[in-house]
Order: sequence, then C-alpha cells, then structure tokens
Amino acid sequence: MSLGETTTDTGPGPGDDAAATTTSTAKSAGEAASSADVKDETVTAPDPRPDLSDTARRLARRLVRTNSAWTFLVLLVLMTAFSIMKPAHFPTTFNLRNVATDAAVLLIIGVGMTYVVITAGIDLSVGSVLVFSGVVAAKTMTGISDVDAGWGPILLGLLAGLAAGAAWGALNGFLVAKAKVPALIVTLGSLGMALGLAQVMTEGQDVRGVPTRLSDTIGNGRVLGVPWLVVIALLVTVLGALALATTRFGRRTYAIGSNAEAARRAGIPVELHLIKVYALCGLLAGLAGILSLARFTTTTIGGHTNDSLGAIAAVVLGGTSLFGGVGTIVGTLIGVFIPAILQNGFIILGVQPYWQSVAVGGVLIAAVYADQLRRRATQRA
Amino acid sequence: MSPATSISEGYSASASPDAPPVLELRGINKSFGPVHVLRDVDLTVRAGEVTALVGDNGAGKSTLVKCIGGIHPADSGSYLFEGQPVKVDSPRAAAELGVEIVYQDLALCDNLDIVQNMFLGRETTKRFVLDEVTMEQLAADTLASLSVRTVTSVRQRVASLSGGQRQTVAIAKAVLWNSKVVVLDEPTAALGVAQTAQVLELVRRLADKGLAVVLISHNMNDVFAVADRIAVLYLGRMTAQVSTSDVTHSQVVELITTGRGAATRREAPDEPNGTAGADGTSEWKNGERP
Repeated sequence: MSLGETTTDTGPGPGDDAAATTTSTAKSAGEAASSADVKDETVTAPDPRPDLSDTARRLARRLVRTNSAWTFLVLLVLMTAFSIMKPAHFPTTFNLRNVATDAAVLLIIGVGMTYVVITAGIDLSVGSVLVFSGVVAAKTMTGISDVDAGWGPILLGLLAGLAAGAAWGALNGFLVAKAKVPALIVTLGSLGMALGLAQVMTEGQDVRGVPTRLSDTIGNGRVLGVPWLVVIALLVTVLGALALATTRFGRRTYAIGSNAEAARRAGIPVELHLIKVYALCGLLAGLAGILSLARFTTTTIGGHTNDSLGAIAAVVLGGTSLFGGVGTIVGTLIGVFIPAILQNGFIILGVQPYWQSVAVGGVLIAAVYADQLRRRATQRA
Repeated sequence: MSPATSISEGYSASASPDAPPVLELRGINKSFGPVHVLRDVDLTVRAGEVTALVGDNGAGKSTLVKCIGGIHPADSGSYLFEGQPVKVDSPRAAAELGVEIVYQDLALCDNLDIVQNMFLGRETTKRFVLDEVTMEQLAADTLASLSVRTVTSVRQRVASLSGGQRQTVAIAKAVLWNSKVVVLDEPTAALGVAQTAQVLELVRRLADKGLAVVLISHNMNDVFAVADRIAVLYLGRMTAQVSTSDVTHSQVVELITTGRGAATRREAPDEPNGTAGADGTSEWKNGERP
C-alpha cells in the first residue's frame, strides 16, 4: 500500500506532469497517478462513483507496493529450492501441513505484534502472556470439570484465557501510554511477571488433564483436511489485515506510529488507542495460549521463552519498521514462514536444524539494514 | 462536521473594508503562573482579509494563537465568533466553529499520504470501512479549489514532498473542513524563495475566497506582500492594528521593537528604529517590565 515503497507512478514523473497540465486540476492528476493503468480514461472521463473493481485494484496495488514484496521473493526461492532438492519429502501435503501447524501459534502472536510495532512500540511479554493465559484457561477447565468436560466448561476456560491475555495487554498499554514508561521496559517487566505468576499458580508443574474434546477438535482436528489451528490462525490474519488496512482503527495505528503529536493535534485519542493496541496484542497472545494448550493438552510453561522474539523477528522480516508508521500483516505472514520453512528444510536435508537460528538471525539483520537504507533514501528525497 | 464539498460556496469573493468581523477577541488575558503573557489583547479578524500578526520573540504571538485554537484557553476576556460570544476550551471546540490552526511544525504524518493526512482524525467511513474513494475525491477537489498544481498525486506520501508542498497540504487540510478562520503560524519560515512565493500566493487565495486568514510572520516582506491589516504585539499587548496601506515597513519594525511608532505616535517621527534598549523609559511608560 501507500505506506510501502513508492513506485514509479507516485513520483512526480513526466507522465504525471503531462496529466496535470492537460487537465489543469490536481483532482484528475491525482486520480490518474493513483491508477496508472486507467490514466488515460480518467483524464477524459473521471468516474466519481466508487465501484468494486476499483476497490479491488486499489487493494491489489497496495499488496504489490508493500515492503514485504522482497521478503516474499525470498520465501518463494527457499520453497522452490527445498522442493527441487527433496521433491519427495518437502512439497508434500503432510509436510506443509506440519509446517503450517507449527507456525500457527507464532502467526497469531505476530498479528498482534504487528499492530504494536507499527505504533513504534514493542511487546516482549507475549510469550509469557501466552503461558499465563494457557494456565488460566487450563486451571478454569480442570477446576470446574475434568478430562471429559463438556463444551460449557471448555468455553468458560477459553473466555478466561482470552480475558487474562487482554488484561495483561491492557496493563502494558496503560503503563506505556499513561505512565509513559518505555514499552521495552514495561513489557520486559510483564514478561517476568506473567511467567512468574503462571509458575506460582501451578507451582512450576504443567497443568494436565485438559478436556479431550478441546484437544481432539481445535487442537488436532481438521476441517476439509486443514488443521483447525491453521484455519483459526489464517482467520485471525485476514481479519487483522483487513482491520489494519481498511478501518479507522488501523489508519490511526499508522498515524500514531508515524507522528504521535500530529495524531494528538488531529483529535485522535492517542493514549486510549495505544491501550487498545496493546490489549489487542495481549488478547491474541491469550488466543495463542489456548491454541497451544489445545494442541499439546498441557500448558508447556517452559516452551515459549523465545516466542516473543520470534514474533518480533517475523514482524520485522515482514517489512514492518521498528520506527513505526510502516508495516503490513501480509508481511508478518511471510515473516513467520521464512524461519519455519528454513527449519523444516534443514531437517529434511539432514542439516543440523540449529543452523536455522543462524540463518534467520542473518536475514533479520539484513532486513533491518534494508529498512534503514529505505529510510535514508526517503529522507534524502 | 461534514467536509466541504466546495469551499468556495457561501463566501463572498471580495470583502468590503467594513466586513463584519468573523473572529473578535476582546481584553484577552493569559498568564502562565507568575508570567503575564497576554494583557488585555484585542484582535479583530475579518472575512476576506489577511490579518498579519507580528511581534518580536516572546511578544505572545504563539500564546495568542493557542488561545484562538483552544489549546490554552484565555484566563479572561471574550471570544466572539460571528458576533456571538463562544467558549473555546479545546482544539475540538475551535474546529467545530470552523477555526483551524496550521502549526509551524505542520504536524503531518510522514508515512501517510496526502489524503490520509488531510483526513487524519476525521476519517470518512462507510460501514466501518474507510471510504478511500470519497476521501480521495474531496482531497483532490480541495486542492483543485485552491488551484494547487504543485502536487501531482494525492496518493503521494508526505515524506516525499518538498517543504512548500507540505505547507500546501497542511493548509489544504485546514481548509477542507468548511473552515472560516485559518491561522497560519510562520508558514514560510523554512521555505526557499520560490516556495515562499507559492505559499504566499496560496495564503492570498484563501482570503480572496472569503476566508479570514491570520498570518503570523517575522518576515516584513511577506507581511507587506499579502496582508490587509497588521496587528502588532509588543510584550503581551496589542500596540496597534492598522491597515497595511497606512504604514511603512520601518514603522511596523518600530512598532515591533519599541511598542510604539509613527503610526500611533506621530509626534516622534525621527525616533531611530530598534533602540528599545537605549530608551528604557518608553517601555515603562507602556506599563511593561523591560
């Protein structure tokens, strides 16, 4: 979208100048430049009515212009390379389904993280909030029922988990927006607190006895051959992407990350908005905690220490700028799959899977360096 | 408040010298703690005119602007809008009356495009979804109505615009909302010669459309190029509000630097300019601390 790299048609090229002079109004010049392929028609016969194909074209152009276009290319190259090297093992339904299932939880956290990073913030606590929410959900379910619990107790547990996640997020947001404590410190604090409290509640022992109805359906079930985890993660991604790109909430998220003072002067309730964004991130961490619980039928307290950093890495790989104001959910989707595919590919190739961490680290630094170059180029222009 | 479809409607293109004031401030006082920044300031702003607000650093120009814009409501005094006393205690309240301020540092979001910036905080939506087509159209119409040709695409990111283009966008943003009074805080301060000329032309055009424009400037050439009236603040007091045609360049400079001049005190025409420090007693006569 427009927040991405400016493509040739947005620059003051000779074609746009011609359009401006022939029509003598900024209006048709703007329309012509906003849609290069219909430039000629627009100049002669502007259509003020919004139509569906126009909206679709706009959306398509946004996708093309994103910073993540290059990252997507990297992902494609990786997948092609692994497919050529191991055609019998890598490009199989079974393998790709596994990769997607493994990535589902990280993807959900990544969607929330994208919002936070676009506001020029960061949330280190999502991994711990995920564990905390999972523990709250599991404790609720096992407390009021047992392994054979019906949907009533399960639903109650799910709601408790989601509420716990959202509450941690809202607390983070409140401290960042109102108390003006830097997000890095606030979420570093809640990273420790959420995990610590989860361990206090469970005395460090993972909660077992999660209802089998939950693990058999959401945890390990499939719809039309696609695991529920993947379906839910994709649903969250689509909704998150639409909300970010096409709603007032999304637009204001970008505005705050771009220039919080300007947003304030424009009448946007910046502090409240920040609280909402962090609460959303916490809520999604809560959802991720529930999905993790459903998949592993236990709370996996020790298994999520790297999730926050993994999510931040995915968001940054996807072209979202740590300086705020720039980023897309589609980018995060790609950013989640690059480490996942790398790891999977290395395992299949018989390379030590630990090389994945090395490779992803390198790609991450390269991605941020590219972002810096872009910023410098913009400032020169 | 709905955005203007055409800002030129409803305004007379030419304003008579005696046009009723749109905005009138009477006896405005404002203190920050022990510092009395504005003392009984009167200001009259008429539709179709550019009123230049000049004064040295610390004279109270920015504070007066913030009183007008509702950021710092005045301690006492009356705020009349179209003859009616009104209470302006927030930027929202000012915007609802049709008073828009274009701040010196512009307050634009670099990563957003022109349309997104112009509708910042007041986005048009249709069933929860941003109505990009309508917003783009209105933004383009507004720029067209201001005869802006320097901007080639309303979907350009603000980061890629020049200083003059940014100023144009900020001004167009202020005009978009059917505003009646536009206050411009040093719009040419950071601009080159050609861009300054463009922005001044735009300022003049706003007034010719029938808007009341308040222009804050340090640059006497700019003031004399576009202003119909000049209001001079000196140490928190409004020392003069005169027609541009009635005063000379050096008289205004004298008003700014000493708080008095030939325009108000013709008995001292041979007073040299800029000698406030040498003639300390005159400041005390004005009831001010030096």
